[in-house]
Amino acid sequence: MTSSSNASADDRSATVAGESLGREAWRRLRQNRAAMASLVMLGVMTLACVVGPWLLPWGLAEVDWNAFGVPPTLEGNHFLGTDANGRDLLTRTLHGGRISLSVALVATLVSLVIGVLYGAIAGYMGGRVDSLMMRFVDIMYSLPFMFLVILLMVVLGRNILLIYAAIGAVEWLDMARIVRGQTLSLKRREFIEAAHALGVRDSKIVLRHLIPNSVGPVIIYVTLTVPKVILLESFLSFLGLGVQEPLTSWGVLISEGTSNMQGAPWMLIVPAVFLAVTLFCLNFLGDGLRDALDPRTR
Amino acid sequence: MLNYIAKRLAMAIPTLWIVITLSFFLMRIAPGGPFDGERQLPPEIEANLMAAYHLDEPLWMQYLRYMGNLLQGDFGPSFKYKDFSVTELIMQGFPVSLELGALAIGLALLLGLPMGVMAALKRNTALDYSLMGVALGGIAIPNFVIAPLMALFFGVILGWLPVGGWNGGALPNLVLPVVALAIQQIAYVARMMRASMIEVLGSHYIRTARAKGLQEYEVILRHALRPAMLPVLSYLGPAIAGIITGSVVIEQIFGLPGIGRYFVQGALNRDYTLVMGTVVFYGVLIVLMNLIVDLLYSLFDPQIRYDD
Amino acid sequence: MSASPLQRNASGLALGLAMATSTLFASATQAQTLDIGVMGELASFDTSQVAGGVWESQVLMDVYEGLFKLAPDGELLPGMATDYQVSEDGRTYTFQLRDDARWSDGEPVTAEDFVTGWRHLLKPRNASKYAYMLYPVVNAEAVNRGDMPPEKLGVEALDEGRTLRVELEHSTPYFPQLLTHYTAYPLPTHLLEEHGSDWVDLEHIATNGAFTPVEWVSQSRISVEPNSQYYDAEQVSLERVNYHTSEDRNAALSRFRAGELDIVREYASERYQWLKENLPEATRMAPYLGSYYYVFNHRDGHPTSDARVREALSLAIRRKVLAEQLMQGTFEPAHAFVPPGVNHYEGLDEAPTAGKLEARMARARKLLQEAGYGPDNPLQLRLRYNSSEEHKRIAVAIAAMWRPLGVEVDLINAEATVHYQTIAEGDFDVARAGWVADYNDAENFLTLLKSGVGNNYGAYANPAFDALLEKAARTQDADARQALLEEAETLAMQDHAVAPLLYYVSRNLVNPALKGWQNNIEDDHPSRWISFEE
Repeated sequence: MTSSSNASADDRSATVAGESLGREAWRRLRQNRAAMASLVMLGVMTLACVVGPWLLPWGLAEVDWNAFGVPPTLEGNHFLGTDANGRDLLTRTLHGGRISLSVALVATLVSLVIGVLYGAIAGYMGGRVDSLMMRFVDIMYSLPFMFLVILLMVVLGRNILLIYAAIGAVEWLDMARIVRGQTLSLKRREFIEAAHALGVRDSKIVLRHLIPNSVGPVIIYVTLTVPKVILLESFLSFLGLGVQEPLTSWGVLISEGTSNMQGAPWMLIVPAVFLAVTLFCLNFLGDGLRDALDPRTR
Repeated sequence: MLNYIAKRLAMAIPTLWIVITLSFFLMRIAPGGPFDGERQLPPEIEANLMAAYHLDEPLWMQYLRYMGNLLQGDFGPSFKYKDFSVTELIMQGFPVSLELGALAIGLALLLGLPMGVMAALKRNTALDYSLMGVALGGIAIPNFVIAPLMALFFGVILGWLPVGGWNGGALPNLVLPVVALAIQQIAYVARMMRASMIEVLGSHYIRTARAKGLQEYEVILRHALRPAMLPVLSYLGPAIAGIITGSVVIEQIFGLPGIGRYFVQGALNRDYTLVMGTVVFYGVLIVLMNLIVDLLYSLFDPQIRYDD
Repeated sequence: MSASPLQRNASGLALGLAMATSTLFASATQAQTLDIGVMGELASFDTSQVAGGVWESQVLMDVYEGLFKLAPDGELLPGMATDYQVSEDGRTYTFQLRDDARWSDGEPVTAEDFVTGWRHLLKPRNASKYAYMLYPVVNAEAVNRGDMPPEKLGVEALDEGRTLRVELEHSTPYFPQLLTHYTAYPLPTHLLEEHGSDWVDLEHIATNGAFTPVEWVSQSRISVEPNSQYYDAEQVSLERVNYHTSEDRNAALSRFRAGELDIVREYASERYQWLKENLPEATRMAPYLGSYYYVFNHRDGHPTSDARVREALSLAIRRKVLAEQLMQGTFEPAHAFVPPGVNHYEGLDEAPTAGKLEARMARARKLLQEAGYGPDNPLQLRLRYNSSEEHKRIAVAIAAMWRPLGVEVDLINAEATVHYQTIAEGDFDVARAGWVADYNDAENFLTLLKSGVGNNYGAYANPAFDALLEKAARTQDADARQALLEEAETLAMQDHAVAPLLYYVSRNLVNPALKGWQNNIEDDHPSRWISFEE
């Protein structure tokens, strides 16, 4: 680690900068079977959630008065059973997927955009800037989340978009700390100091060198965030902020299922399987993406 | 270094002050009050209650009163649990939560780190897939599902372990809650460790170390392990603060006297003093944990320095 | 950890054997320890500071005793008072106290202790939530307002503390019922004088009930042991009672099945069918003095201010479906406001909401049409409920029952504090509410519909109804009073003041090896009657 010519080997961004990054990464991703299968699966899942409810015989709020809490059956076309209110569980799960998948997407975007940028800037700038930025993160961690949520509701009224705002407000914190940690370590490496010495602008160093080199932990942490926010959403619903009946989400369905776990296990298993499949796919895809974006590990 | 610590501790005071002030007003502006419930109180009784807790004063005066008491170390009485002060509630419950949380974190590191390292070393093998599959399971199944199932299986059906109760922290009572708390953390640690280990193993200086002809275990233990732990470390700061302050789900399912429930129930009951107590307590922990993590960074990666 | 026969048939042979030995061991050492799972934490041993959870009275009635106490079946028995006289006008009660009553520290219980306790409850400074329970006593309200000193309260110790005389504002037939409530317990005067507000610390406290507190692990367990000074101490067979805070009902059930709890004070309604099949001897269910209802908003500008709309909505609710199918038999369908089983009360005979569904729906459609709603102008309602699985299921089902009428329902849930604050402000069309009786009397329910009362969330106001209640309050004759109250309820139901939906039932799990535990309508079960079978 002494000569600056060797340093570029550490710098992933140097080899995959610019236009070729996307195409190159995509080519590598396509070679990863598990990742591609996951991508297809996620696509199918999303499609099912968007289109599925229209194709099923039961409506979201439609009650089958003859079928309160029945297990999966072909009778009455309740392929995955009904909930305690006699509503078709498959219909509700697919509907719930719309909310949950979009919550996951937003949380991911927020933690990627705000969290990564914030962390990288704090770490790179260091000193007083870092200190102030990180104290702000500490403050955000310490504020009582529930009151934050309730006040959001008061100020902005009941609106489904609020779920995204509330979740977005907290989900970038961990990411910011992780990326900052990585940046603190990276910025002393030769390739950054070299770039600095060559007069590369700070913004470019952050965007082109620091962030791409933190991509591994970032992708993994994003995939870990998804289940967290999907379940967090059900707590928001409890407070009256999240989805309101008859709308639903996987988090809400899972917590409903939990209270019926022993008498009517399908009410838990159905949404839980949807969630689990999504998570497994996201993880394989995440691993694949990480590899694809990393030129050194072929 | 000492200079840096002193600076950070000095900054903790304004940080906490902002947290306390923001939380105080956030909480007080939010709808719902400590005496709103299924039964509306007759107006004279509500007036008595408001006067007893000084809620009839202007908000800024209540704030000053609260800050004044806080500076003297007085968190005030709980609105709901009348026979205890907030300090007593937290001091009684915290050792329980701390013990459970510390054991769970310990377990998570003990299992999660080796799992992650092994999976990274044997990348894309059956071992990798099965280790990560297990870890994913831990993430996919929320603890409010796994905990009652464990209680049912090991407590009721097999009868090996008590289903609930603290019992002074006896070992059998600890097993199920600690495991239930740890499962998710194991998964987090293992996943993150695997990813950053892969990252580090591919880096230039590890190749250099290998090129020097060092033994593989030496390369890993001496050169790869510590830098690979950075992201885990970053994650652990806030995570530890969260875990040692208890989990309402685990406490309710296993009937444990920790402080996790105060965070949720205090807020739901609008037990203002209790909420503020938990906020202050948690804020201090967050500030401390993040400071410790920042200090550990330079231990794990000597290139990180805070002298500028 | 008391012996549980349920535990033994739960597992395989070898394990069963191992467990049987361990339970045998447990029963040899701790057989007389009763472990009760209660749904929440006691707020305080100071009866003026209690928050009002039903679980709190369980602990308090074991450690304190009022002028009357409760028998296993919920009937009144003489407690601290051996006898009492009521004056002709029903306004003066004179109680003779037993002379062998002692606090657990050996001091005698005197009439002075009742005076202390009641004044303590009503002092504005102590800000007791339940102070209004004693408002029937002369000047109680004024004392509680701070308009009069506590000494003016109409309660007096006579005969060197052996007699207690109470003056009431007006005759209150249910006054003896009130005296079993924790607000009417005595407090140890000597300790309040000695320790001030610290008297309630476990190191100082003394109680006059069958048990006395020995340990309190906040949020986990309160333990009490027999009070050796109790006049009936020989009849108390338990050696210890532990009240375990068990908010999670499914977790409490698991602990019950594992033998860690002997009594669970509520099981989840979802588990009822399973329990009935698998633990039939332990599963208890009994009528209870609680009403689950929907409030209609009578304020101007809300569609529910139109009586036709209220009637139509109420007619369309299929209460039997709610109780039997949706809640699986863990509620009773309600067609009136006052639940059955209330002392000296009959209730209403015929209810239009119990008729044939087609006829009800036809009438409901007609009423809505008359009120101006139809396909072009659908009735839109905001229905508020507080967050819980049960409330959600009921709200969802009712919205579905209203849909055939063309009613569009906007379901809004919120945590309890926000929910009640919002509906108290009148921001709803239909809202969920419930009432569990403070004392066994119809008046306790009907007062909720009086105009100007805080709990009258919908602002129902009918002067005729108010007048009937006023008249009943001044009527001494029990039968005449009953007739007045029944007339009032009939009037309110004709107005569709609220939509009664369900009556609560009590749901307990009780170890079949326990003796002395009886179902009763108050769902009060003093531990002093309970023992383990030999």
